[in-house]
Amino acid sequence: MIIAERKPLDEIKTLVDDAQKVLVVGCGTCVTVCFAGGSREAQITAASLRMSTKLDGNGKNVGDVTVQRQCEWEYLDEIKDQVEDADMVLSLGCGIGVQAIAEHFPESWVVPGLNTTFLGIPSEQGVWEERCAACGDCILGLTGGICPIARCSKSLLNGPCGGSEAGHCEIDPDVPCAWQLIYDRLSSKDKLHVILDLQPPKNWSTSRDGGPRKIVREDLRLKAEEA
Amino acid sequence: MTTIETNTNGYVVGSTLERVLKAGHFAVTGELGPPQSADGDEIREKAALLKGLVDGVNITDNQTAIVRMSSIGAGTIVVQEGLEPIIQMTCRDRNRLAIQSDLLGAYALGMRNLLCLSGDHQKFGNHPTAKNVFDMDSVQLVKMVTDMRDECIFQCGDALKGQEPRFFIGAASAPFADPIDFRPYRLAKKINAGADFIQTQLVYDVEAFDRFMEKVRELGLHEKTYILAGVGPLKSPGMARYMKNNVPGILVPDEIIERMTAAGKPWADIKKDELTREDKRARSKVWRDEGIQVCIDLIQQLREIKGVAGVHIMAIEWEKAVKPIVEGAGLYPRPTVKEPVTQ
Repeated sequence: MIIAERKPLDEIKTLVDDAQKVLVVGCGTCVTVCFAGGSREAQITAASLRMSTKLDGNGKNVGDVTVQRQCEWEYLDEIKDQVEDADMVLSLGCGIGVQAIAEHFPESWVVPGLNTTFLGIPSEQGVWEERCAACGDCILGLTGGICPIARCSKSLLNGPCGGSEAGHCEIDPDVPCAWQLIYDRLSSKDKLHVILDLQPPKNWSTSRDGGPRKIVREDLRLKAEEA
Repeated sequence: MTTIETNTNGYVVGSTLERVLKAGHFAVTGELGPPQSADGDEIREKAALLKGLVDGVNITDNQTAIVRMSSIGAGTIVVQEGLEPIIQMTCRDRNRLAIQSDLLGAYALGMRNLLCLSGDHQKFGNHPTAKNVFDMDSVQLVKMVTDMRDECIFQCGDALKGQEPRFFIGAASAPFADPIDFRPYRLAKKINAGADFIQTQLVYDVEAFDRFMEKVRELGLHEKTYILAGVGPLKSPGMARYMKNNVPGILVPDEIIERMTAAGKPWADIKKDELTREDKRARSKVWRDEGIQVCIDLIQQLREIKGVAGVHIMAIEWEKAVKPIVEGAGLYPRPTVKEPVTQ
C-alpha cells in the first residue's frame, strides 16, 4: 500500500494561511491503514488547526470529511458541496488524492497535508518499510521475492556492493542489506545459481524515467454509447 | 606533452600496467585524489611524488561522494606529467549516456586504464541531498566498456562510428564484505563481464585474504584476471582501530593495532594534556614510520600468495609514503616492458 506521513502542523498552517474556511479531507484507504490521513487523523488535524489558529488570534473555520478513496471520481462526487463551500481543501490523501481533488474540482484550491513516502508494508505495529519502487518491470522472480531496486540503496542488480556488513547496509545500521537478504533466501532454497548470471542493465523506460505512465485496457473501456 | 603509445603490439591496450602484468612482473599501482578545487598544480605536485614508482595511478571519481576535480580532468594532467592514470568511473553520478561519452573523451585524451565502480552512496559525502543515478551497476559497467572495446558497440547495440575506446579494464573486489561466501562469485561475475584486472579493498588480515584467494584459485579466477591486493599505510593506532570498527569490509588484526601502539610506547605514559607539540610530532613520525613498515611487511606476505599479481597502494593524502613503501618492498625500480606480448 501507499505509505504517507502527516506534515508538521506549522507547515500545514503556512499552506492554509490564505484561507478562512478550510475543509480537511481524509481518505479511507491506504493512508487510513498507515494512520496518516484517515477519518481519525482528519478530525485531529482539523481540531489542531482550529485551536492553533484561535491561539494565534485568527481562528479559522475548519471542518473535516473523509471519503472512502480520494483517487476515484465517484467518491469525490459525494463531497462536491462541502468542497465548493470551503476556501481551501487540505487533503490528507496521498499525492494521488491531492491531484484527484485538484482535477475534479478545478474551481477549488487544494493543498497537501501529507508527505507521500513510499510503497510498503507495516512490518510491525508502528513500523512501515518500503518494498516496491513501481519500476514497471518486476524482477522479483530472479531475486527470491526481495526487490533490489527498492531495497538496495544503490539499486544494484548483480549482487552486494562492498558496503554490506553483518546484514545491514552501510548507509544505516537499521537498513537491512537487500543483497544479504536475497543471498540468504536463495541459498536456503538452493537457488544461488540464479544470481551468478550477469543481469544486463535494466530497461528503465517502464519506470518513471520513461515519462508519466499510463495503462489503457481496451477490453475494459466503456464503448462510446455506455460512457 | 607525453604521449601514450597506441601500438598495441598484441596487447589489448598496451598500457604500462597491462605490459607489466603480462610480462609476469609484480605490478604496483597507486592512488591520487583530485583536489576540491580547480587547482591543477595540486595534481602536478602529487604526480611528481608518484612518478616512476607505480605502473599506473588511480584517479578517484568524487571519492566518498565529495565533489572534486573530475577523474578525467585530473587524469589529463597526470598524462601530461608522464604517468599513466587509471581512471575511476562510478555509477553514482552518471547514467549510461554520460559514462560512455565521458569515456570516449578520456580515450581521446590519452587515458588507457579504467576502474569500474558502483560508487560510495551520496549519503556519506558533502551533497547528501543529491539525487543519485545508479542507472547501471559496476558489473554492467565492466560489460559495457568491454563491448565498446571488443565489439565496437555502444550499450544500446549500435556500432561506434570510428575509433573505439580501448581501455585496460579493472574492477574492485571487497573480499571481506558480507555475505563473505558470495565474494569470490561476485568477483567471477566481474571477470566474466570482462575485467582484465582487479584491485581489492585494503588488506591487513593476510590470513583472511589467503582464505579468499584459496576460493579464487579453486574457481580458477586468478588465471582469468590479474589480482592486485589493496594495501595502505596506517598513520596511527587510532586509524587502525577506526578502520577495524567503522569501515565495512576491512579487517584489521589486533596484532597490527598492537604493533602500531607499541611504536608509540615512549609517549604512552605521558598524560594526553601534557603532550607537547614536539612530543606529538615525534610520536606521529614514529607511528607513520611503523605504518610504512607494516605496509612493506604486508606486501611481502601478499606477494607469496599464489594468484596475487601485484599491489594497489592506497596512500591518499599521504602520497609521500609511496616511495619508501615501494623501495622498502624491493619493488623499485619499476620494470619497463617494451617488447610485444609474450604469452
